[in-house]
Amino acid sequence: MNSFKGVVGTSVARPQARRFVFGRGRYTDDLRIAGTLHAVFLRSPYAHARIEAIDLDAARTVPGVVAAFDGKAIASVCAAWTAQFATLPDHRSAAQPPLAVERALWQGQPVAIVVADTRAIGEDALGLIEVQWHELEPLPHPVATAVADPAHPPLHAALGTNIAYERCIVAGDPDTTLAGADRVIKRRFQFTRHTGVPLETRTVLAEFEPGLRRLTVYQSTQVPHQMRAIYAELLGLSEANVRVIVPDVGGAFGVKLHLYDDEIAVAAASMLLGRPVKFVSDRLEAFVSDIHARGHTVDASVAVKNDGTVLGFEVDDIMEMGAYSVYPRTSVGEGLHAISLTGAPYAAPALRARLRAVFQNKAPVGSYRGVGQPIACGITEHLIDAAAAELGIDPAEMRRRNFRRAGIDPPKTAGGIAAGDLSHQRCLERLLQLMDYDGLCAERASARKAGRHLGIGIAAFVEMTAPGTGLYGAAGVKIACSDGCTLRLEPSGVVTCVTGATDQGQGSDTGMVQLIGDALGLDFDQVRLVAGDTAVTPVGGGTWASRGLVVGGEAALGAAHALRDRLIDIAAALLDVRRDALVLSASAVRERDGAKSLSLAELGGMMHYRQDLLPSEVERSPVVTFHVVPTGLIANGIQASLIELDPESGFVKPLRHWVVEDCGRVINPMLADEQLRGGVVQGLGEALLEECRYDERSQLQNATLADYLVPMASDMPDIVIDHVHTEVTGTLLGAKGIGEAGTIGAAAAFVNALNDALRAFGCAISEIPCTPERVLRALRRVP
Amino acid sequence: MNDSMAARPAPLVTVTMTVNGRSVTRSVEPRTHLIDFLRNELDLTGSHLGCEHGVCGACTVRVDGDIVRGCLVLAVQLEGARVETIEGISASGEITDLQEAFVRRNALQCGYCTPGMLMCAAEFLRTRPSADREAIRDFISGNYCRCTGYHAIVDAIAETVEARRSAKGRGGHR
Repeated sequence: MNSFKGVVGTSVARPQARRFVFGRGRYTDDLRIAGTLHAVFLRSPYAHARIEAIDLDAARTVPGVVAAFDGKAIASVCAAWTAQFATLPDHRSAAQPPLAVERALWQGQPVAIVVADTRAIGEDALGLIEVQWHELEPLPHPVATAVADPAHPPLHAALGTNIAYERCIVAGDPDTTLAGADRVIKRRFQFTRHTGVPLETRTVLAEFEPGLRRLTVYQSTQVPHQMRAIYAELLGLSEANVRVIVPDVGGAFGVKLHLYDDEIAVAAASMLLGRPVKFVSDRLEAFVSDIHARGHTVDASVAVKNDGTVLGFEVDDIMEMGAYSVYPRTSVGEGLHAISLTGAPYAAPALRARLRAVFQNKAPVGSYRGVGQPIACGITEHLIDAAAAELGIDPAEMRRRNFRRAGIDPPKTAGGIAAGDLSHQRCLERLLQLMDYDGLCAERASARKAGRHLGIGIAAFVEMTAPGTGLYGAAGVKIACSDGCTLRLEPSGVVTCVTGATDQGQGSDTGMVQLIGDALGLDFDQVRLVAGDTAVTPVGGGTWASRGLVVGGEAALGAAHALRDRLIDIAAALLDVRRDALVLSASAVRERDGAKSLSLAELGGMMHYRQDLLPSEVERSPVVTFHVVPTGLIANGIQASLIELDPESGFVKPLRHWVVEDCGRVINPMLADEQLRGGVVQGLGEALLEECRYDERSQLQNATLADYLVPMASDMPDIVIDHVHTEVTGTLLGAKGIGEAGTIGAAAAFVNALNDALRAFGCAISEIPCTPERVLRALRRVP
Repeated sequence: MNDSMAARPAPLVTVTMTVNGRSVTRSVEPRTHLIDFLRNELDLTGSHLGCEHGVCGACTVRVDGDIVRGCLVLAVQLEGARVETIEGISASGEITDLQEAFVRRNALQCGYCTPGMLMCAAEFLRTRPSADREAIRDFISGNYCRCTGYHAIVDAIAETVEARRSAKGRGGHR
């Protein structure tokens, strides 16, 4: 009788994928709303300039132009904002206006908005705007302003300094510990700025309804509730009068997580005009207006004993901030992760880590997939390999000797991370098996005899997932770390899930449907999901910090359990059997060992149309809601890379890549693996290709997709995945996040593999991306 | 741009072409790209804009049997041409097996590159079907995917090549 088979833990395909393969995705730019106008922006051509005058009159005369606004006009309906955390009182941050007024602080900062019948007409009119610019000196490199010339005139005069944030972590008495070291290995690292490049550029359609003063914003965003709170606050509207709707999102990766000046200016223009206004960023402006990430210059060292024991790490990170700290999350999370997670997989007790985040006349730096964790991993794993090489110890053995041991080493890392039960050792052993480490080392040796230069690299990592309210709520920032889920039993017996979580294709919605179906004994296709509309869904955090399925799934599971209990209560009374004799299976509440049953369709029908038949002493509502507040879960894993170096051309080809990851319970193995694969390729892009190249005037030199390279299919290897499962206690779900794991470790594994190959030439590289030019420079084949 | 261009829009040009088997006539500005024509004039929103400079492949469509970048062709160049988009080749059933393979293998996440990727993969299947992973990777290299890391896309295409091959083989023995 109980023939119901659940689907949690199986690789169910995503139902939503069926829309996309037929070209039936509905992204924000695909929406058709009557009367929509199109916004375009005039952006600063200078990295730093005074705006002496703006003349919009000629632009306004172009037929089809409806309006043109400068910064002052937009400021009349939209307040400026300042990214600040109550928990980071010494973060110096300046107020940012929706459009530059008086002074532009980076090339690409919006200065004026033109609203027209079509985008093309708007772009025509941009050419007629006259701005009298007075170019100013851009700030020099952050290393110069932070170290060499701290008295350099500050970008934001009121802050008195160009250092936006400084933090030191000292743990385990580094002076004494490091004095006992046999060797200290030092490196200078350069992690070059890059950006997210979601294939769908940022897109927003704002519709202000003047009669009710209600604003509806259709937006390609990861965080509808965060944006609702921001639009209400900055545009002077009641939060109840702002609705954010998220159509399909064509990739985000952290880029669509922040307040953008141009996007809120579009909402402001809609308010000023009483018309729907749409803005689709083009690719050229995306490069100078999307958040950038990484951008660290780091001096770091590892102290070791001759027997291979790692004693501690020292890190001095000078992080690029851009012109403003990004609202509302600030820009400093990237640096905080970089310093606090250095050395995290290792038992080494000592850490001295210093961060200085420095303003620049460049695009602001924000949270991009991994947020500083790839930096910590890159530093740590490079140093571990460098130490292993100096000591003549195999890199895998070096890790085996030094990984933190669950239950033996203190539960907190030197950087203060609660990483007590991580499975580094098991992940390493599984990885070595999976990749046939010994066989691969032999292959490398024979290839070298044949004149080919293969390299093998390993990188272990930790991943901070699903953080709790300490991160934002306690900082005074209106970002929910919680998620909620409402389940409705429909009259037909189908269950509708209304979730505060959002999905940009990762598959968290599919995972939630799997969890709900199994908990309610329903087939996968008997659960429907609604998301991405603040007027409809419970308040939720959205997608960031590898939290979507961890928090959204936990809420879904909690709601499913509550609905299950309610249905059992009702069925027990109707069938006159004991509660504990009943289970939900195959779309019905059934007696475990008997013949009595009530289908969910029967129950749904009664709960909507025949309440008179239901017992009065139990709760009869067909709707339940469950909210979850996570407390943060730390996942871990390890990656390996096999590369081939061509020392003549400097080209490096990734040949194969492996990941072993531990996120606890895996809800959908295929979707989990695809998160890892996609993340790895973004990490390999970071290692091999991607960089925002600025000149000395802080002008971005490669702001096209032809010049800013992202991985193509032919650049990338096949990626082999496996999992280790450490039990996660304290949650219904038993799972940690996985969305950033691939990106966190991939670049470090790749660079270690390249350095393995370079070792034959007596050189190393500690600067990414590892372009042919940088590789040839490391090989001293070009100056 | 110069001022006279902005002040005086060029006169509209009337163009007739066959899109997904249907003849359409529209008067458009000469500067209108095929991708804007398809999306804005015909509401065929399945093809996407990713870069508008011919790099990413999200706007890949078929013109007279060959795949082109919809952002590098002007609508007015296509008088009398036969244009096919994801909507058309979905309706015709030409790639149903490939679409099923993409779904089954999760060869897409956000779905934004997918229509262009499918147009490109359809061309591969039609002109040089091979299950060789390097050959597939080379052929689809002009179509960027930022989500999947490509591995699953290569799997789905290779699987479709194999399935068509074995179906053909079975047909031959009948």
